Amino acid sequence: MTERSLTDMAGLAARHRAEKRFRWYGIIAITISLGFLAVMVVSIGSRGIGAFSQTRIALSIHFDEAIVDPLGKRNTAELSRSNTNALIRASLNELFGQVQLPSERRALYALVSIGGAYELQAALEKRPNLVGQTKTMWLTASDDVDIFVKKGINPALDPALRRLKPNQISWLESLQQQGQLQRKFNTSFFTNGDSREPEMAGFLGALVGSALSLLVCFAISFPIGVLSAVYLQEYAKKGRLSRIIEVNINNLAAVPSIVFGLLGLFIFINILHLPRSTPLVGGLVLALMTLPTIIIASRAALRAVPPSIREAAIGLGASKTQTTFHHVVPLAMPGMLTGTIIGMAQALGETAPLLMIGMVAFVVDIPTGILETATSLPVQIFLWADSPERAFVERTAAAIMVLLSFLVVMNLAAVLLRRRLERRW
Amino acid sequence: MKKPKKKSDVVENVMTVRNVDVFYGSNHAVKDVSLDIRKNQITALIGPSGCGKSTLLRCLNRMNDNIEICKITGEVKYDGQDIYDKNVDVVALRARIGMVFQKPNPFPKSIYDNVAYGPRIHRLAENKQQLDDIVENSLKKAGLFAEVADRLADPGTGLSGGQQQRLCIARAIAVEPEVILMDEPCSALDPIATAVIEELMEDMRLNYSIVIVTHSMQQAARISQRTAFFHMGELVEQGATSKIFTLPKDERTKSYITGRIG
Repeated sequence: MTERSLTDMAGLAARHRAEKRFRWYGIIAITISLGFLAVMVVSIGSRGIGAFSQTRIALSIHFDEAIVDPLGKRNTAELSRSNTNALIRASLNELFGQVQLPSERRALYALVSIGGAYELQAALEKRPNLVGQTKTMWLTASDDVDIFVKKGINPALDPALRRLKPNQISWLESLQQQGQLQRKFNTSFFTNGDSREPEMAGFLGALVGSALSLLVCFAISFPIGVLSAVYLQEYAKKGRLSRIIEVNINNLAAVPSIVFGLLGLFIFINILHLPRSTPLVGGLVLALMTLPTIIIASRAALRAVPPSIREAAIGLGASKTQTTFHHVVPLAMPGMLTGTIIGMAQALGETAPLLMIGMVAFVVDIPTGILETATSLPVQIFLWADSPERAFVERTAAAIMVLLSFLVVMNLAAVLLRRRLERRW
Repeated sequence: MKKPKKKSDVVENVMTVRNVDVFYGSNHAVKDVSLDIRKNQITALIGPSGCGKSTLLRCLNRMNDNIEICKITGEVKYDGQDIYDKNVDVVALRARIGMVFQKPNPFPKSIYDNVAYGPRIHRLAENKQQLDDIVENSLKKAGLFAEVADRLADPGTGLSGGQQQRLCIARAIAVEPEVILMDEPCSALDPIATAVIEELMEDMRLNYSIVIVTHSMQQAARISQRTAFFHMGELVEQGATSKIFTLPKDERTKSYITGRIG
């Protein structure tokens, strides 16, 4: 027998090198993908962070009884409709008394957002005893003022092309010196629906619309998907028909989502006459899209349940249905949930099919039910990205952050739920 | 051969198999087998791999029903009824003829729930107390109670292999079957766990009739009263274990038990 060395062998060094090389390939690949992720997060974050603050103007408002409550009834319904615009104008006129020309006055009034009047109405509705008092109120500034405060002015730009005229800028500078122009936390971004005025636009309407659509989608696609998978996997006779069905389901999973949008438009709106632009129809369309994913994942999960468990139950005299629902489905449930989460995450980010069924509508109100018109987060992002106002840029980025956070929260909840189910062995 | 009606008759047949053929697609797995299963005896089915002994065992409680390509002809009688008769409910049949598998396969549930599952689906217990009693008695009969009495809520899958197999036996016993089919119950176990189960089977024989498929001729010789030797799908020889192992009539049996084939 020839003597063999334990420390040196032909090709050993090359093998080690290959191993090291491969490890580096992996590390490089992961670094690159993490780098892209970081770039995305940083660019969206830096762009969108501005949307979480909003410039406000402090004005000393005299709640003149003659204007807001001429009859002196202190009726909240009347107060919430009162002419608060006049109060703002009066306050601005007092502050800048030298402004006399009507066109200049319009420019002055334009500094405060039209939302300012709504804020005063809301304040009056909540506290009718404000009537007759004089108080300092922080009112939302217009989007141009907001951008001016956040970004400053571009000195290279021809003054004639600027959104703010020189006199507006000088007023703002004087307000700034008085400390009457400040950036505050933007609560209305979290509590408002969409608006044509960027400073009043919020994502809550879209968020609720997305949540309601997903709820409908889950309520329909999860039971149907799981039951279809159970039937196909556990009950259906394996034959030509079941093979055709399987191939078709696999193909459906690859169909572009806009096609499902067209299908939904035709069936749910044109034939069934369900109300368009609603989370109900949106959820139904998303359910159509999610079903194949759920069925495929659920079948894989069922297939992964060891046959010995089925035999054990059958051997004890359990019927097919008892075996399936007492043992097989509970064991497959974590896998089924994973598939459902993947499907729902896809559905959450889906825009195209929702455009087809009219969820692209401009909706100001926050939907309170699945039969009200609504939009959804990705569609809202699409709408804002399409708007010309500069202030929508940061809102678009912020809405993307909200969408991603929603996704993270949803996945986290699902992972926790799955872990809880798995802990039952 | 008719089933003897007299209770005093010791050689009472609990099951009779007559001219059974089993096909898996085009594979003729069991060929014209006729076999008697005696009451309160252990019947061992032996033979080389692929000889059809497990297939025949699975015919005895219609486990093959779920395999679509499997076709069975002939007659299998339990308690005088043809178990393949249209009127026979397979669920009721399997409650009378229990089964223990080659690989221990406890449900991924607690020890208690594993044993209680059968009584629950067959509604054998009227209340929690009765169910507790069934679980305890079954575990005792399977010789497992002393080992798990203080951890009935623990997962059954956390037990050792031999304990898991005894849990599966307890689970089968809990349904109060008359016949217990065992498909190589010790092949995944070490010799000590095997010895425990063999001892257990000897006790169980008083209450149940047992059919066991085994690869181990020594095991068949140790525990069974009757032995049937299968070869290539045919039942070559059956009879009292002592006779089969000492005076085999057929040359193939002789070769197998002396270790020349198989």
